[in-house]
Amino acid sequence: MTATEGPPEQTEEAPDLSLLGVKEGTGHSVKVQALQAYYGQQHALRGIDIDFPANEVTAIIGPSGSGKSTVVRCINRMHEEIPGARAEGSVTLDGVDVYGDGVDVTAVRRAIGMVFQKPNPFPTMSIFDNVAAGLRLTGTKSDNLRERVHRSLRAVGLWGEVKGRLGEPGTGLSGGQQQRLCIARTIAIEPEVILMDEPCSALDPIATLKVEELIDELKERYTIVIVTHNMQQAARVANSTVFMLDGEVIEHATTNDVFTRPKDERTERYVTGKFG
Amino acid sequence: MSAPALPAISARRRRTDKVMRALLLGGTGIALVPLILIIYYLLHKGLSAWTSSGFFTTDPNGNFFGSPGGIRSAIFGTLEIVALASLIAIPIGIGVALYLTEYGRDSAFANVVRYLIDVMTGVPSIVFGLFIYIVLVVAKVGGSSFAGWKGSLALALLMLPIVVRAAEVVLLLVPDSLREAALALGAPRWRVVSRVVLPTAAPGLVTGSLLAVARGMGETAPLLFTVSVAFGLSWNLNGVMNSLPAQIYGDITNPRSVVVTRAWGAALTLVALILILNVVARLIARRSRVS
Repeated sequence: MTATEGPPEQTEEAPDLSLLGVKEGTGHSVKVQALQAYYGQQHALRGIDIDFPANEVTAIIGPSGSGKSTVVRCINRMHEEIPGARAEGSVTLDGVDVYGDGVDVTAVRRAIGMVFQKPNPFPTMSIFDNVAAGLRLTGTKSDNLRERVHRSLRAVGLWGEVKGRLGEPGTGLSGGQQQRLCIARTIAIEPEVILMDEPCSALDPIATLKVEELIDELKERYTIVIVTHNMQQAARVANSTVFMLDGEVIEHATTNDVFTRPKDERTERYVTGKFG
Repeated sequence: MSAPALPAISARRRRTDKVMRALLLGGTGIALVPLILIIYYLLHKGLSAWTSSGFFTTDPNGNFFGSPGGIRSAIFGTLEIVALASLIAIPIGIGVALYLTEYGRDSAFANVVRYLIDVMTGVPSIVFGLFIYIVLVVAKVGGSSFAGWKGSLALALLMLPIVVRAAEVVLLLVPDSLREAALALGAPRWRVVSRVVLPTAAPGLVTGSLLAVARGMGETAPLLFTVSVAFGLSWNLNGVMNSLPAQIYGDITNPRSVVVTRAWGAALTLVALILILNVVARLIARRSRVS
């Protein structure tokens, strides 16, 4: 492996679907059906059906409190970590129900990675250790840990910026670099799907642009779901866009259609900035 | 345009300000008097004991004439008893705090535990000594009546709620975003706790534990009932031992002035040990990654 900076490398081997017992295939789609979610008494999702096609970027837009984040948190079962929160319905990854009996929740989360709104590198760990954290925290034995870390850093375009200081704390990086570090940490465990919950809302425009370019490259290999407040961002990165309002899906169509030929009047009012 | 009229501060407000400032300053001064006197007497009387020959290198000998001996056995006794107490109280205390923050959260059981811990914080130290006296000393558990390890247990009971409370506060300071980041990577909860939460909170946990150790070190009452008082240097935690608080307690009522002076020297030593622990705790706290 050469140590030069370059475009993200495509790994040769087929994605390892053994984690979930998913049969091998080229892409990994997520299907959400009749999903209801609650925070205590609050009914956050009122029966959601969305198909997230493989190797595509799907954006979820909608005003605050419409349930966008709850949808992605239900997909990798992070929703249930909040005290009092519960979900009903089904979420399937290539046909396998992630809420099924006997499914290990940690395997679900390894298969469906997540990037958060605020960059959250581990403050006690170096840049290298942050990327390696996913492997170490899941107890994954890796013979080529260094290579995987380096490859992940190259994939997010951070290698050139950090290669000389892999031992320094991850929190010493700029906000945009930290977010790309977090993406590197997520892809180091080679998930099937990447969920991004407003990944750029804490970043400046240049850092945002870099992350968006990265998303564009990542979709070759991953299925990506991105929640965003920024409609221009959805228009730039997403193949299809879901518009949500008050815990329901109002419209799901190609991004172009949602922004230029919305079928629902509420969608039109939202994308034209009349409310939200 | 003329300048707006800005009236001067009224004489009444000036007066009130002066009086209040004087009152507060006076109050602070009064509070400082006993503090300064304690430090003065400790240094004045204690330092002369420190400089007497063999103060740190000999044990008390109980002789009625001549040199009464030093406090070596008391220093080592205190260190041994407190070390064992810390070995018991700190891991259990941090374990309880981990349960409360990572697993119990707001469950009814966790709240009952919190309440009991608070009650335990308020229990007078002599009660812990009495408890150990009844269940371990009188019953001669372990073949001995008074024993160092029984004193350690009494101190551990006293330190436990302090460690739990301090550790819980520090663990709550670890941002939930870090726990979520680790969980979202597919980490099982025990690894989230051991690899992310504990390392992040480590400096604060050390600080809280050291403050509990400092608190336990100065306690006299739990030791009098459980370890008793001895003269000689002992490494046997299953027998009677000397300790600094017990030495001070015994010496200060002695009619011989050299022995009373030794009590001052022992007191200064104890304060110095606790001061060192506090300084170390503060230095570690400064390195804390969560604030």
